[in-house]
Amino acid sequence: MTEERVGVYVCHCGHNIAGTVDVEAVAQWAQTLPYVAVARDYRFMCSSLGQELIEKDIKELGLTRVVVAACSPHMHEPTFRGVSARAGLNPYLMEMANIREHASWVHRDDMAAATDKAKALVAGAVRRALELKPLEPFKAAIKETTLVVGGGIAGITAALEIANAGYPVVMVEREPSIGGHMAQLDKTFPTLDCSACILTPKMFDVGTHPNITLLTYSEVEQVDGYVGNFTVRVRKKARKINTDVCTGCGDCWSRCPAKVVDEVFEAGLGYRTAVYRPFPQAVPKYPVIDVESCIYFQKGTCRACEKFCPTGAISFDQEDEVIVLSVGNIVLATGYKTFDPRQIPQYGYGRLANVFTSMEFERMVNAAGPTGGKVVLRDGVTTPKSVGIIHCVGSRDHRFNRYCSATCCMAALKFSHLVKERTNAEVYQFYIDMRASFKDYEEFYVRILDEGAHMVRGRVAEVTDAARQPGEEGKLIIQVEDTLIGRQRRIPVDMVILMVGMEPQEDAVEISHLFGIGCSTAGFFTERHPKLDPVATMTDGIFICGACQGPKDIPESVGQGAATAARVLSLIGQKEVEIEPIRAQIDESRCSGCRVCNTMCPYSAIDYIEELGVSRVNPALCKGCGTCVAACPSQVITGQHFTYEAIMAQIEGLLYDVRSGNGHKTVAEPQPVEVA
Amino acid sequence: MTAPNGQYAYYPGCSLKASASAYERSAMAVLERLELRFVEIDDWNCCGATEYFSLNRLPAYSLVARNLALAAAQPTHELVAPCSACYLNLRKTDDHMRQEPKLKEQVNRALAAGGLHYEPGTLRVRHLLDVIIDDVGYEAIAAKVTRPLAGLRVAPYYGCLVVRPFESDDPEYPTHMDRLLEVLGATVVDFPMKAHCCGGHMTQISEDTAFELIRRILHNAAAYQADVIVTVCPMCQLNLDAYQGNVNRRFGTAFNLPVLYFTQMMGLAFGLQPEALGIGSELVPAQAALNKIGQVPAETPRHTPKRRDKDALPMPSRQRR
Amino acid sequence: MPEGPNGRTFYQRVVQATPGGKSLAQCLQCGSCGGSCPSGPDMDHSPRQLFAMIMAGMEDEVLSSNTPWHCVSCYYCTVRCPQQIPITDLMYTLKQMAIARGKYRESGHVDFSNSFIGMVERFGRSFELGLATRYHLTHNPLKMVSKGTLGLQMMVKGRLSPLPESIRNMPQLTAILTEAKRIAAQQEV
Repeated sequence: MTEERVGVYVCHCGHNIAGTVDVEAVAQWAQTLPYVAVARDYRFMCSSLGQELIEKDIKELGLTRVVVAACSPHMHEPTFRGVSARAGLNPYLMEMANIREHASWVHRDDMAAATDKAKALVAGAVRRALELKPLEPFKAAIKETTLVVGGGIAGITAALEIANAGYPVVMVEREPSIGGHMAQLDKTFPTLDCSACILTPKMFDVGTHPNITLLTYSEVEQVDGYVGNFTVRVRKKARKINTDVCTGCGDCWSRCPAKVVDEVFEAGLGYRTAVYRPFPQAVPKYPVIDVESCIYFQKGTCRACEKFCPTGAISFDQEDEVIVLSVGNIVLATGYKTFDPRQIPQYGYGRLANVFTSMEFERMVNAAGPTGGKVVLRDGVTTPKSVGIIHCVGSRDHRFNRYCSATCCMAALKFSHLVKERTNAEVYQFYIDMRASFKDYEEFYVRILDEGAHMVRGRVAEVTDAARQPGEEGKLIIQVEDTLIGRQRRIPVDMVILMVGMEPQEDAVEISHLFGIGCSTAGFFTERHPKLDPVATMTDGIFICGACQGPKDIPESVGQGAATAARVLSLIGQKEVEIEPIRAQIDESRCSGCRVCNTMCPYSAIDYIEELGVSRVNPALCKGCGTCVAACPSQVITGQHFTYEAIMAQIEGLLYDVRSGNGHKTVAEPQPVEVA
Repeated sequence: MTAPNGQYAYYPGCSLKASASAYERSAMAVLERLELRFVEIDDWNCCGATEYFSLNRLPAYSLVARNLALAAAQPTHELVAPCSACYLNLRKTDDHMRQEPKLKEQVNRALAAGGLHYEPGTLRVRHLLDVIIDDVGYEAIAAKVTRPLAGLRVAPYYGCLVVRPFESDDPEYPTHMDRLLEVLGATVVDFPMKAHCCGGHMTQISEDTAFELIRRILHNAAAYQADVIVTVCPMCQLNLDAYQGNVNRRFGTAFNLPVLYFTQMMGLAFGLQPEALGIGSELVPAQAALNKIGQVPAETPRHTPKRRDKDALPMPSRQRR
Repeated sequence: MPEGPNGRTFYQRVVQATPGGKSLAQCLQCGSCGGSCPSGPDMDHSPRQLFAMIMAGMEDEVLSSNTPWHCVSCYYCTVRCPQQIPITDLMYTLKQMAIARGKYRESGHVDFSNSFIGMVERFGRSFELGLATRYHLTHNPLKMVSKGTLGLQMMVKGRLSPLPESIRNMPQLTAILTEAKRIAAQQEV
């Protein structure tokens, strides 16, 4: 080995590290480690001056390895690899020691211990750096097709932006039509423009765009590959309709005798038939047969739709279809579901007829909804004279969702306006804190105040039909502390609307596993960086937008949808992408061909070569996770960049006795344990 | 049966030996039918009700902990209390001692003065209602029913402490006793006030407060045309039963709602004689109401539109998603 | 912020004396407690207001409030609080502190509790007849008439014992309670 020369760079990160870790001491101490040619500390290593400092040392001092003790490699590994590359050093010979997240941030109250830990981390990184081998990244062409999962307003925006730039898009939507929650709404805050009027042209564009392939009533089943080259398996559920001949005329659903409550599009407020199209502007225009409620499928007779279909489009025998897509990037826009208020029995939903959810009310005020836009009680005829709107149902609550659902305050104000407009009823808003913090929102709030809404500050204790005093009989009584008066009030109303919060989709965690991305404990997908990279994920080539990332309203969802499109287009524009060369490698001369690794590999990246009797890794599919490395009984699989030598060296470095001063002692060799 | 060797340590509490002796009588009669073995804790003391915790918390915990220590000496880990307040105090003491090492240490120092020790978590503290429902089960109970309570409209009154703060069922709208009473053949009325407060010790301290709380519950049970209110706690029974006359006088109402224990209802359905269940010791006599057993019940008043009423919108199901 | 013994603020003392009390810091002032309280209308401050006052260090006003004394221990506030604040247990803490400082106004509550505990400390069991007699005789002799009628009815039905029942090992219980009181006296509330 030629004499190695290691440079160690300890970052202050302003006060973030230096406030807790004695960075100067760490640098001085690092200087004493074997092979360390230079050790420096600096305010911000990631600044251009900090970068230039490292570059200059590499060139002038002839450094052969670089250790940067700073933040998480998630944050700045690319930065410092770039520094090394510019100075002519192979970027994979740069190693980071995370002394911020792993030391200063978690040991704020103990500077001495944090400093010791930082030294140990640096020692480990230096030892590891000495074992690293130069690597060359793979280059792979980026497929131009993008998969967009979810056809709500966020996904629609992303798809149209990419398609308009001239690149192909495949959109997969679980429901029979695209449109998402926005299609259910009547008016949108704060402008009160008609939701359908602004959404349906975009839906139409998606349906007819030459660059967009639309797969509705379909779900992604499997995802393989990596940025630029994903292979995606999609199950296209059987519509039981031959869409080649169906004209969407409606003869089938107008004759269908099976009626069920529509829990999806009508939010439970209306009925649909077994063969149905969720709403008139649905894209595509074709209906589906819901096998669960179809009399023919359940009882074996009926076939009314088939008899009346003028084009013979009913296809009871149609089977699910599996489609395999090859795409370069993936945009997830899988949206949200609403909180089920039956979890708060004291609000009476499901027991008291005239308690409605906000989604039910959206359908009620929609001119195309079950009541034709009339605001009525559950009996379908009586106009309410007073309406109570309860905020934060299932939100800001330890028992359910601790977060604020962000959209309900404004939606509640919108409801106030719509109730007034259609019934002139008294409206009471029960809120904890009013949140109206975007453009024109506060002005909308004031407008609703002008319209005479009664604002009661207090989280509602209960909604009851148990009348206690005169005037309460036959009413729903809202019991609440009016916190601005400091007194308990019982306000009798005819109708109650529960502003139910936004929640991750039921299967959000499974979706995150399917696509290999992170997901918060609540179930919202995790962005790469909350401020600076809000639509990317930790998995290259997979982006997120809309409410699957967290509660948000339409403008924000549209903004994110467009942002994902920009990110995708920027990757497509690069034509090819560099891929980490960190892969498993099998020493075929020592492989026994036991095939243990073949079944262990979560990415099916290891093939057995029959004629040679050995296993071989397909580097295009391998993600470098290391499962096979650990599993191989003959220990002949090496994880590049994470070799046994590098890992053991790092552990030895971490176990240096930093307090003894010279830092050269390692702990005693582990003794074999007697097994009884 | 979750108790090992089928045995339970039994903490009756003071009321069951006096004002609620009917509760103990009926409970014992029913337990015999259900073949549950309850062994009364030897020389147990009062749990302090809601009073001791208001004055001095450490003696209050220590008072309760003596019972826990005595119960833990029995060859079972299941401790059962039929009174909701006793149940809460026993369970709260165990729970708080587990949560707070300092409290555990101090309580045990006090217990040591009497030669006792209690390790929190040793016992599983349970209410009689939960034991009967969870350990025996609806099916086994149904098998013992010989005289179904058909024709009787009952309001299941849980009160507070059996469902709050430790939640054995939904703390807002519990239904496990509803199902039990249905298994016995009774018609269970919807009863929004089922878990509201009976006034507790306020009957002694502030009648203004207490009588209004009692009135609300009686009013609601009457509005839903209940024949009987069924309770799980001696304090609830006492307040709703003994003060019903006072409430009627104060508010000019004419409530005549007998208040019985769930164990009395079980005993009746099991074919036991009313006297053997302590029926007759209630101040609002139950006999007239109980005569309805076997008759055709009055129809339940409808509060919600039917799904297919001509103009009506669909009613959401009660089932959570 | 006015400080109490050992330099701890009123807020800190309240929190430390209540199992799970730390969550009080997260109070949103939403009023779920005050809205849910069955005796809320009788209280001079809603529990929520007391919490704001505790945080503002208004010790005298808080401990003179009738609010904790109207608490019926129904635990609705506790299970409904979105921040999982143990409100009912906080009320117990405040009652104790008020007694220790001699701050409570409505003596009825305290005296009832004292009468009750007196029975328990004497016999190890509560004794309903003795309790009613002693408490109402000292407080509201006129009420004894109506209570007396009720008591008679109860006795006729065999629900009121004329004699107190005692546990066997009173010395043990007394030793435990004495030691507990001694430990309690060493700590400030």
